[in-house]
Amino acid sequence: MLKPRSIEKFAKFILWCAALFTVTFLVLVLGFILSNGLPKVSWEFLTAEPEAMGAAGGIFSTIVSTVIFTVTTLVIAVPIGILAAIYLTEYISKGPIAGAIRFGTDALAGIPSIVFGLFGFAFFVVILKPVTGGWSLASGALTAAFMILPTIITTTEEAIKAVPDSYREGSYALGATKWQTVSRIVLPSALPGVMTGVILGIGRIVGETAALLLTLGGSLYVPLSLTDPASTMSMHLYKVAMEVGAMDMAFGTATVLIITVLLINISANFIMRGLKRRTTT
Amino acid sequence: MHESQVKIYTEDLNLFYGDNHAIKNIDIQVQENKVTALIGPSGCGKSTFLKTLNRMNDLIPYVKITGEVYLDNLNSYNDYDIVELRKRIGMVFQKPNPFPMSIYDNIAYGPRTHGIKDKAVLDEIVEKSLQSAALWVEVKDRLKQNAFGLSGGQQQRLCIARVLAVEPEVVLMDEPTSALDPLATLKIEDLVQVLKNNYTIIIVTHNMQQAGRISDHTAFFLNGEIVEYGATEEIFTVPRDKRTEDYITGRFG
Amino acid sequence: MNREHREKIYRVILFASALIALLVIIMIGGFIFGEGMPIFTKYGLDKVLLGSKWQPSNHIYGLWPMIIGSIYTTMGALILGVPLGVLTAIFLAEVAPKRLVDLVIRPAIELLAGIPSVVYGLFGMVIIVPAIRALASTIPAYAEDPLLSSGYGIIAGSIILSIMILPTIISISEDAIRSVPAEYKEGSLALGATHWQTISKVMLPAASSGIIAAVVLGMGRAIGETMAIIMVAGNAPIVPDSIFSSVRSLTGNIAIEMAYSSGEHTKALFATGIVLFILIMIVNSFALWISKRGLKNA
Ligand SMILES: Nc1ncnc2c1ncn2[C@@H]1O[C@H](COP(=O)(O)OP(=O)(O)OP(=O)(O)O)[C@@H](O)[C@H]1O
Ligand SMILES: [Mg+2]
Repeated sequence: MLKPRSIEKFAKFILWCAALFTVTFLVLVLGFILSNGLPKVSWEFLTAEPEAMGAAGGIFSTIVSTVIFTVTTLVIAVPIGILAAIYLTEYISKGPIAGAIRFGTDALAGIPSIVFGLFGFAFFVVILKPVTGGWSLASGALTAAFMILPTIITTTEEAIKAVPDSYREGSYALGATKWQTVSRIVLPSALPGVMTGVILGIGRIVGETAALLLTLGGSLYVPLSLTDPASTMSMHLYKVAMEVGAMDMAFGTATVLIITVLLINISANFIMRGLKRRTTT
Repeated sequence: MHESQVKIYTEDLNLFYGDNHAIKNIDIQVQENKVTALIGPSGCGKSTFLKTLNRMNDLIPYVKITGEVYLDNLNSYNDYDIVELRKRIGMVFQKPNPFPMSIYDNIAYGPRTHGIKDKAVLDEIVEKSLQSAALWVEVKDRLKQNAFGLSGGQQQRLCIARVLAVEPEVVLMDEPTSALDPLATLKIEDLVQVLKNNYTIIIVTHNMQQAGRISDHTAFFLNGEIVEYGATEEIFTVPRDKRTEDYITGRFG
Repeated sequence: MNREHREKIYRVILFASALIALLVIIMIGGFIFGEGMPIFTKYGLDKVLLGSKWQPSNHIYGLWPMIIGSIYTTMGALILGVPLGVLTAIFLAEVAPKRLVDLVIRPAIELLAGIPSVVYGLFGMVIIVPAIRALASTIPAYAEDPLLSSGYGIIAGSIILSIMILPTIISISEDAIRSVPAEYKEGSLALGATHWQTISKVMLPAASSGIIAAVVLGMGRAIGETMAIIMVAGNAPIVPDSIFSSVRSLTGNIAIEMAYSSGEHTKALFATGIVLFILIMIVNSFALWISKRGLKNA
């Protein structure tokens, strides 16, 4: 029989291997995409319009669309998410209504994006066509806004719960009302946490594709209004890889996407670290 | 006992945290422009009683209160708007709790909350409050810095200044010096002596010397009841109740 | 009074915002069911769910191939991803030097979680699919059939999905292991157990409900994933008879055909959405139930 000590050694060896394997996957994916894509990325690539369905030219219009799409989505989702989180933490945290709303948020968080896409198609693209223009930035952004709503609500809730009660007591004791206390003391203190949620949300919508296939339209022109169809970088990547078969363009686009996500992650970490420093003083 | 106006009084005041009967049948008259100390062992209901005065207990849903509290002969729970009441009765907490903002904004928070927007007026209030709290000289060059940069004692004086900026009539202090070193404690005690000329002060303390040094009247709490209440000198020299004597002389289990 | 009035208005606005999440989930359910239900009533629940032919042009809407496709690729992803994920989680919680975790592994896992699924799909198309194609070409019986020899199929789908669910499994399992009370560990070590004995006999059992929740959530992610799977699975709507076979997932069915469908065909895609919706709801409720139960036991 093996001695416990040898088993211990062997088990730890396996654990090291598992972790190494996981990190290797990442290095492999990143290394492969970047090594194939970086040579393709140039000023030209970023600023030229796509040609021949994306088989040639650059990705300028998809970058513009991604930015507009992301901003529009945030403008819709962030206020709703923050207000909802305030209600769930500061106004009713228990009871059947809070329970029902929490259930809704949890359920929403688990819905696959393609199902959001079906909903967005049936509601925003078809029924609300007179308002959204059918397949358009507006339809895509509305759909995506509901996708990131749960993320924003939960992270904001966490951040608000982490605000010490002594702040609230101090404010109430000075005769501030509930809303004054929430808006001037609680929310500003929770802001770094809220920002992290927003950045996570950005990460998710920048990478989103499935729901957009059904709502955004896929036009490769620079959109001039929110009711125009558009194509984000992720969507473009899918189309050039799968439908056009222009792999070099796909790698170039994937590289730009990865760099974007990397920047988003770094800024999220930066904010989190700032948050830690502030709460430990 | 020198006669003066009664600022706050209670009638048969009781408070329940759910089933826990935390304060029982309190009848007390607090004199205007005096310092009233509340002493008693841990858990006897001092903080709870203090919070009934500015209705901070309203924040706790399972609290039930019976009996009456009067401020200037008007019923605190019926005749006052809660915001108005809290403006008139300020509170300083055990642990300094500055808001995570600049020194200036901490002081200006109350006045702004109550609708003062004029920068010049705010400047004046901030300076006056900091001066009253004996903190102005130490911080006047760094009003824009974060309040967390101050020492514990400075933070507590900042919290006092923050209360004064709302121009209250009564200031409640719940063990305001228990988190501070002896020097900072002395500063706060001196401050209390000055403030009582303009404010009615009710202070909870575990420090007998402190109660003796700074208060005019003392109430001894035990298990939610007031065992003895009277002039501080009398309580500390000729206590009427055996339990008071035991507590003051440190013979308490 | 003016102030009280305003407070009330804020309250109403907050309430309305909070209600939106609930409203949207109800609307999603409503639209998907409203659009998709007619297919089930017209052709019969069993014919649609268990029918093994999907030929929209002939009005044949059997979803069985896609249901099987989703189940196979998800199972494959779990078989590959769960051991790796749980072992990595144990490593992070118990064995790894803190600096290594903070500086390398955790950022790597966060990045892994943040990479868009289309990028994984691209990686799968150009690395994994050709590798499997090479493997398949060594099996003479498969060489003739493009559905078996293309490299696109269950294996490629499972591998890509397993990478994609790793971050979910690792981070939730790690949390579960870390929240095992220190007394358990100390108690076991004090009795002379080795570290690994302590981990395997005391900590893992104590963390088991959290780990199961992690696995179930990973499963939900795998079932719901769309882009990566359609880029590597081949998407033939057939009931596969080999792990090399091309398959189509429920998600893929919707994403691929929505663009050119119309009329009843569109409704059949919504019906696909219903199956997906219910499947996900079951899986996620199960995960929630497991983690709630774990909380109670702790
Ligand atoms: N928020 C609360 N919920 C429930 N019970 C409470 C709450 N606050 C205080 N109590 C209970 O009420 C009683 C009185 O507590 P209180 O804090 O008023 O005592 P205290 O005299 O201020 O004690 P200390 O000197 O330790 O501050 C105690 O039994 C305490 O457990
Ligand atoms: Mg107390």
